[in-house]
Amino acid sequence: MSKGRNNPMRRRPGFRPDIWLQRHLQVALASLGRLTHAPLGTLMTAAVIGIALALPIGLHVMLNNLQNVSGGWESGASISLFLKQEISDKQAAALSKKLRLHQRIKSIQVISKASAMAEFRRLSGFGDALETLDSNPLPALLVILPKDEYSTPETAQLLVRELGLLPETDIVQLDLQWVRRLQAITEIAQRAVLVLATLLGLAVLLIIGNTIRLEIQNRHAEIEITKLIGATNGFIRRPFLYTGLWYGLFGGIIAWLLVAISILLISGPVAQLAMLYQSAFDLSSLDITTTLLLLAGSAGLGLLGSWIAVGRHLSAIEPS
Amino acid sequence: MIHFDNVSKRYPGGHTGLAGVSFRIEAGEMVFLTGHSGAGKSTLLKLIGLLERSSGGQVHVNDRNLTRLKNSQIPYHRREVGMIFQDHRLLNDRTVFDNVALPLVVSGMGYKEISRRVRAALDKVGLLNKEKAAPITLSGGEQQRVGIARAVVSKPPLVLADEPTGNLDPKLSQEIMELFGWFNQVGVTLLIATHDLDLISRMDKRILTLHNGQLVQDTGKTE
Repeated sequence: MSKGRNNPMRRRPGFRPDIWLQRHLQVALASLGRLTHAPLGTLMTAAVIGIALALPIGLHVMLNNLQNVSGGWESGASISLFLKQEISDKQAAALSKKLRLHQRIKSIQVISKASAMAEFRRLSGFGDALETLDSNPLPALLVILPKDEYSTPETAQLLVRELGLLPETDIVQLDLQWVRRLQAITEIAQRAVLVLATLLGLAVLLIIGNTIRLEIQNRHAEIEITKLIGATNGFIRRPFLYTGLWYGLFGGIIAWLLVAISILLISGPVAQLAMLYQSAFDLSSLDITTTLLLLAGSAGLGLLGSWIAVGRHLSAIEPS
Repeated sequence: MIHFDNVSKRYPGGHTGLAGVSFRIEAGEMVFLTGHSGAGKSTLLKLIGLLERSSGGQVHVNDRNLTRLKNSQIPYHRREVGMIFQDHRLLNDRTVFDNVALPLVVSGMGYKEISRRVRAALDKVGLLNKEKAAPITLSGGEQQRVGIARAVVSKPPLVLADEPTGNLDPKLSQEIMELFGWFNQVGVTLLIATHDLDLISRMDKRILTLHNGQLVQDTGKTE
């Protein structure tokens, strides 16, 4: 038995969570420090990742906005019930009273023949021409707002069919066809964004994988020496994984900035457009959830990319 | 401590590194390994540090059968074998302190304990005042002493040295050997490969001589 073996200082240290955490923190900071030593190179790699991520994220945000707008239109969907010409304002009022009790109807606004005429005169500019008419050609109109649970295109359709059967009804209009078409288009666009996001996510994996591969090559000697000294593969892998994580995170931050700036740039014209439509629509930017998902996702991509690279290239380095 | 039983090493392409080598080194011994270049000195050391695996025979180190050791266990084996190289193999982008600390960092030791041990090791090799220096700024002899401090900082029971004085002048070589002698006195087993026969003859220790991969001479234990 050697004296060395009996030396109490030679005990293999057991697992200590505090030291483990300390080590991780140190490695994380060290790999961060290494990246800041070459700020330009780091920035360029992160920018490439950022641009690749900004594209699908930006499109996603735009689609969300589009859905918000069309969603607002849809839930405000009202049914226009044009009554037959011969139905008088009085009869219209009576009908509205009856329909108000209907379980699917929230409210009804009666637009009498007279007020329809007044509105038409005001908006159309045909005021003088209308004076020459003997009688009011406009029908009475009931603007019916379905209850919230019956206001989707599908459920409102049932009500439309029911109202169409009323003897007083001339035409029932639920003008949601175009909203539906828009929705269908939005859905296709969403799929396209998903495909694009997948492809660009793969690109990010490749970028990070390649960066880490070069990093491993640069630190070949260091890896060899650390292995000689008894470092486990996990120990050697760690700084590279953190490097990948940082790249991903920086890329995510850059992507966030790009999207936020782009939204800021187009929000002015959008507000103007919304004003023309007398809408108070406000272009929404990245919310907290999306932001956190973006950052976590990009950091995760970085980690995954470096994991793949490290797995492929690290085991090839053995000391000699 | 080290037991070779009919160990051979053949390289792909037919070159023979070692052929049927058997010997036993007890714990606490200091042994020199010598022979012409290409005789198999480095191969023998590499088999002990598991930088390479033998193609035949059994290698036991520290009561551990290396022939059967799984790859995943190699790092833990290497932590118990301090290795010193002719070319030092230091990390030139780290300070002397960080270089010496590496084996302790690798084994997951806390910073305070690391700091204490590294200073003790640097003090032993006379480089305590150079702890913040970059290895590249040191002389060859100093760099080798950093390498030695790194090899012994984790207090391994066994230290291997491959031509540790290969690039040093006689005076520095003598200093290095005295350092090894001191480690041996505190219980470390040492196996030192060298072709500096002058130096060995002055040390009066056991000598293993290799020739074309075969053990041709063993002066036996000197006690």
